[in-house]
Parts: sequence; C-alpha cells; structure tokens
Amino acid sequence: MSFGMKNFYNGTSFQRCEIPMPDNDMFFQSVLDAVSAGWRVCSYFGVPNAGGATLFCIMSARAGSGALGIIATTVGRSFPSLAAACPQLHLFEREIAEQCLTRPEGHPWFKPVRFQKPLCVGESFWSTTDGGGLLPAVMDFYHVEGDEVHEVAVGPVHAGVIEPGHFRFQCHGEEVFHLEISLGFQHRGIERALTGAPTPRTMHQIETIAGDTTVGHAQAYCMNMESLGGFFASPRAETVRGIALELERLANHTGDLGAIAGDVGYLPTASFCGRIRGDFLNMTALLCGSRFSRGLLRPGGIGYDCDASIADELHNRLQSAREDLTGAVNLLWDTPSVMARLEDVGIVTEKDAREIGLVGPAARACGLNRDVRRDHPFGIFRMSQIPVVTATTCDVAARTRLRWLEAERSLDFIEEQVRHLPRGSYLNQAKGIASGRCAVALTEGWRGEICHVALTDDRGCFERYKIVDPSFHNWNGLGLALRNQQISDFPLCNKSFNLSYCGFDL
Amino acid sequence: MTNSIIHIFLALTMPPLLLGVIGKTKAAFAGRVGAPFLQPYYDIIRLLQKGTVFSTTTTWLFRAGPIVALATTAVAALLVPFGAHPAPVSFDGDMILYAYLFALGRFFTMSAALDTGSSFEGMGSAREATYSCLAEPTLFFALITLSRLSGKFSLSPMLINISLGVWLDTGAALLLLIGGMFIVLLVENCRIPFDDPNTHLELTMIHEVMVLDHSGPAFGLIQYAAALKLFVLGAFFIHLALPYATGNPLLDWGLFIISMLELAVVIGIVESVMARLRLIRIPQLLVAASILAAFSTLLVIR
Repeated sequence: MSFGMKNFYNGTSFQRCEIPMPDNDMFFQSVLDAVSAGWRVCSYFGVPNAGGATLFCIMSARAGSGALGIIATTVGRSFPSLAAACPQLHLFEREIAEQCLTRPEGHPWFKPVRFQKPLCVGESFWSTTDGGGLLPAVMDFYHVEGDEVHEVAVGPVHAGVIEPGHFRFQCHGEEVFHLEISLGFQHRGIERALTGAPTPRTMHQIETIAGDTTVGHAQAYCMNMESLGGFFASPRAETVRGIALELERLANHTGDLGAIAGDVGYLPTASFCGRIRGDFLNMTALLCGSRFSRGLLRPGGIGYDCDASIADELHNRLQSAREDLTGAVNLLWDTPSVMARLEDVGIVTEKDAREIGLVGPAARACGLNRDVRRDHPFGIFRMSQIPVVTATTCDVAARTRLRWLEAERSLDFIEEQVRHLPRGSYLNQAKGIASGRCAVALTEGWRGEICHVALTDDRGCFERYKIVDPSFHNWNGLGLALRNQQISDFPLCNKSFNLSYCGFDL
Repeated sequence: MTNSIIHIFLALTMPPLLLGVIGKTKAAFAGRVGAPFLQPYYDIIRLLQKGTVFSTTTTWLFRAGPIVALATTAVAALLVPFGAHPAPVSFDGDMILYAYLFALGRFFTMSAALDTGSSFEGMGSAREATYSCLAEPTLFFALITLSRLSGKFSLSPMLINISLGVWLDTGAALLLLIGGMFIVLLVENCRIPFDDPNTHLELTMIHEVMVLDHSGPAFGLIQYAAALKLFVLGAFFIHLALPYATGNPLLDWGLFIISMLELAVVIGIVESVMARLRLIRIPQLLVAASILAAFSTLLVIR
C-alpha cells in the first residue's frame, strides 16, 4: 500500500517531477488514508507560489518496511484542514498558513505558530490593523470562565536559565484544566536564510538550529547534501558521526536525569549528573575541539579525523563515565521518595501520543515503538543497530527510566564502535548539488526524529529547505501531560520532556 | 543578666550560620565543596546594601510584610529558653503568644504577597495558609503535653523541665512529640521535603514564591527572619531531643551551640537523602504529625 505516494528510503533523493501531484481531493484523501493505516506525518509544509502554495507531505510507513512516502498538491488561497480528523497535522497546518498565506479551512485552533513574517509577499492572517506587526504570545488564549478558575501566566522570562517561552495555565485551585504554550521568541528565520543556499555559511547555520542537537541536525543536512551531490561519506566518517550522535544523546540524557533529580529536590544525583554531562561534552571536544560538536560533521565526512590515540582515550573516559553515571542514576531508583514523586505524574496516554504524533523518548515512554535509527536506518546504523527501548507507564518516571536505558544502550554502542574504527579517509571531496531534485533525510536526535527536506531549483540552489525539529511534534504532548495535574508538577513534566524552544522557533 | 545578653547575642548573630551548616552538609552529600559557612551572612549583608524597587500597585502592607515578619520572630526569640538557660522574657501563658507571634508574621507575609496581585504569590499564600493551619494543631498538642509534664504555662520552665529523668518516665510520649515537632520544624521553615528553599521554579515554591517581589534590604530582612525562625523553632526542638544540662552556665551555652549545629547537620542530611513531596501529599504528612502529637498528649494525660 502506498496511498498514491512515491515510496523512497531515508537519505535518498529523486527528481522533483517524480513526486505524485494529484488533485486536492486525492491528496487529502491519501494523507487521511495513510494516517488511519498507521502511517505517521514526518513533515508537511508549503512552498509559496503566485496563487497560493504547493503542499508537500512526507510520511513514514509503519515500522518494518523502512519506507517513506511523499505526495504533493497545489492549492490556492485556502485548503481543507485535516486537523480535526488527524491531530498530528494541526501545527503543520498552522505553520503553512503562517508561512504561505493559505488558509486551512475549518481548522479548530487557528492561531499563529511562531508569529513570523510570511515567506511570500502579503499580509499575515493575524496582522494587527495598526500595522504593529506580530509579536510573540500576543494572541487570544483559550480561556476558562468561572468564579473559582484562575489564570496563571508564566514566562517568557523565567526564574531559571532556560529559553524563552510563554505558558498560560487555566487552573482550578492547584489543578490545571488546560495549558497553552506560545513560542516564537527565538525565531531567527533559518528556513528563509536557507533559501538560495548552500553557501559556505549554511553548515554553520544548520549547526545552530538547536544548539544541543548539533550532530542530529548536521547529520541530516550532510545526508541531504551527499544524496543531492552524489558523493558519500566513508565508513570511517559514518562511524565517527554515529559516535558523536550517541555522545550527544548521552550528554543530554545525563543532563536531563540530573535536572529531573534537581527538580524534585534530590541533590546527589543532580550534582553528579551535572558533572558527568560535562565529561560527555568533553569527550565530544576530544573528537573535534568543540564541546557541542561544532565543526565535526561536514558533507562528505567529518572535519577532524579520529586517530588511534583519540579512540583509546575515548574508550578509557567512557569506562569511568559509565561507572560514575551508573552510581549516580541508581541512587534515583533506590530512593523511594524520588520514585513516589515521579510516578503517575504527567501521563500522556498511548492513544493521545499516537494521535498527536509524538516522537523520540517522549513517544517511546508511552509505549510507541518508534526510532528512526531502526525504522529508517541511516549512516552507521545501517550496519550496527541499537536496540529500541520503550516504557509503558507513560509518566515522568517512564521518561526518566527510558533516558537511563537509552544512555546504557548508547554507551554499549560507542564502546563497540570505538574499538573497531574502519580504516580509510575521513573526508571525501564534496561536490555541487544537482538541480531540480528533492532529498529527504531523517535522523534520530536525542529528542527524537529530525526531518530535513531539500528542494532544489534549476540552478542547483535550495528553493526550500524544510526543517522539522522533534520539539515541533512534542510540545503538544507537554500540554496534554499537564491536564488535570497539579500546577506545581509543571516544572517536573517540562523537564521530563525537555523540548527545544529554538528548534521549534527556527 | 549575662545570660540574657548571651541569649540576645546568640539570637541575633547565630541564625544564618545554621543555614551555612545545612548548605555545607548538602554540598558534602552532593560531592561538592559548597559555599563557605558564612555565605548566608555575606548574602544578607549584600542584600542590605542594595536599593529596593517597590511595585506601584503595592501599598503599605507590602512594605510592612518583611518588617513584621522579622519583628514577630525576634520577639518569639526572647520567649524560648536556649539550652538550660531561661529565656529573658517569661510569663504565664507566653506559650500562646509564642505560637501566635509566628501566625502574625505569617499573616503579614501572606498579605504582602497578595498585595502584589501576582498569580504566583496568590498561589504561594494559599499553600502557606493551608499548610500552616494543618501544622498548628501539632504545635498546640506539643505545648499541652509539655505543660502537663511540667505543670507550668510558661515556655522557660516547661522546656527546661525536660531532662533525662523525664525521658525515662515518659519516653514514649516524648518520642511521638519529637516526630511531630520535627515535621513542624521542617514545614515551618520551608525545608525539603515540604518546600525547597533553593529552587528557582516559581510554580513549585511555597514560601519563596510569596517573597518574589521583595528586593534589596526588604529581601535581606526576609532572609534573616527566615534564619531566625529556624533558630527559634530549632531551640524549642533541641529541648525535646537533646535535654542535656551540665549545671555549669558556660558549658551549657557551649552545649546549646553544639546541639543547634547538630540539628542543622541533621536537617542537611534529611534534605540530601530524600526528594520533595508532591504538594498534594503534604497535608497528609501534616495530619500524621498532628496525630503523633495528639497521642503524646493522650499518653501524658491518662
């Protein structure tokens, strides 16, 4: 079953004319049919044109086939909204409306996404009459009426050192009825800047989409450049990329475990994990000189070779970091007061998670068995697989334990890879990219599925470079997790998701 | 007279040291060096040197909050005997004044918080009101028990009466009382597992969220009053838990200081080995504390 879509595999490219372009009815019916058959939307975006926009939908088939599907259609100034029938599309449709000025008719929650300027000429649907432009979080929030209902607004300036975002709670006493999240404060216009790329600065822009997911995004970009240019990274480079991706996962999962412990006021794990996170970052620095992997991944390979002495040093450091981390994290499971605090808080049911299309650890903690590394293998993961970990309790405890189990798998993976580094060159010569093609790359960053779609024009430049950060799928999950919870549990739920603001805001 | 002077001197200077000791203990458990013991003093001095910003929506109540909180706690400090030495001020029924001085301070802190009109501070006040209501019965059951044991209605004779002999007589009742009063000590001073004085998460705070809008010297007074409150309630608790006296006035003062530092270490250990409770669980624990104290009363009255 392909639902009228072109099927292809992760990290490949094809002529744009190969993309099926059925009429609107067929397109929307295909998307709905595919979703009801268990397919998942990876990316759904528009390319503005004179009379409206061309919509592209990239979907992931059910686990096992490894196939991806793409389908497109041209719409005018409006198109039918599928959000009510298919909630995982709701944010994508709002994004299309904001970027391409075409209205999803019947959208149940028609509000701005990033409060950004449209990609084409014209007035935004939400422009104020006084010409003041859109300001983040200036919109009509969902409002609950009642004598005993009160509203709590948090952010965009927070008490801690975190990114800016606005949270609006509708509360009854301590209980949260509804949480609405408004982002966009970090919008930098990355997608707009990438139109007409690649230029020498493109790689650096990609590395800063989400500063803590440098490898995840850089890997996706490199895959697109390599498939569009018809060149390859050597096995040696692919292995080091895999090691860097897992080091990034380890550093962030460790930081999260510490932050969750800190939020419940459990100091020992919080302090230890804070330090061990630094150890993992320093291992990344060993590979490329940057604690956040800047400059490590380059189209065609890696920017710095990993020689035998570095590999040995990495192996040694990994051993001691594993010991430290095991000790620090086991303290959590052995402390009843910590577990009592984590269990049954912030539950997102499996059904909800499936409907809103959660990805990454947040999805796997709800029992959804999805992981790009296995479902759509790329790079080293085509040769060497990492077991997928899932949990079933869907609460903060599940998301915490899942992080630890994933960290263990990543440690095993790196230890094995670092001992068997393939020989060969580390950087192949990059070539110019082909014109009139479409490339899609999916990677599993530590937050979940990252999807990059490149559409090149006839001069061999990007006409559109669409980025979907896992946070784009997952922010709604946080809102649902807070339903009927204590408002005092919000920071804990937030940490257990630990989503990116800048990755969402682009 | 000398004892009164030492009493007042200790009450004025020692409280922040307890916070320093708690911080050092927690740091040791976390494998860190930690801030110096005297850090709380530096913090308070730094705050006192700063300027203050008052929101234009606030009234005199907002400014009165920190001052009343400090004043009431300071008066309460005069009513509690430190170690084997009677308090400078003592009269029949001062135990009721002691209990309600804290209530008065709390009332002003909460009013000041509500005065800002901030939703966070409203939530904090609601939590504080709920938990202090539930903590009050424990304190009163404790006072009744102590009053029954000593036959007195004043804190100094009541508390100094507790000795090893009394422990041997009514150990069970005192043990229950210690359990209940330790919970009250932690909840009244916003310590883990009830509140986390170091958290920066405004949605989970209880006491800290009520003072978010205070800055500079006013905030310094609040910090100092909080330390003093820990000291005063701690001195009360020490009488129950470590009722030693040597008879030598100077040695007794030394014993008192060491006991207080030990208490700070114990609090630091409790904070290090357990996580915060979910807010919804706090009332359950407070009711349990009340029941413990009620049983101790029952045991001595029977």
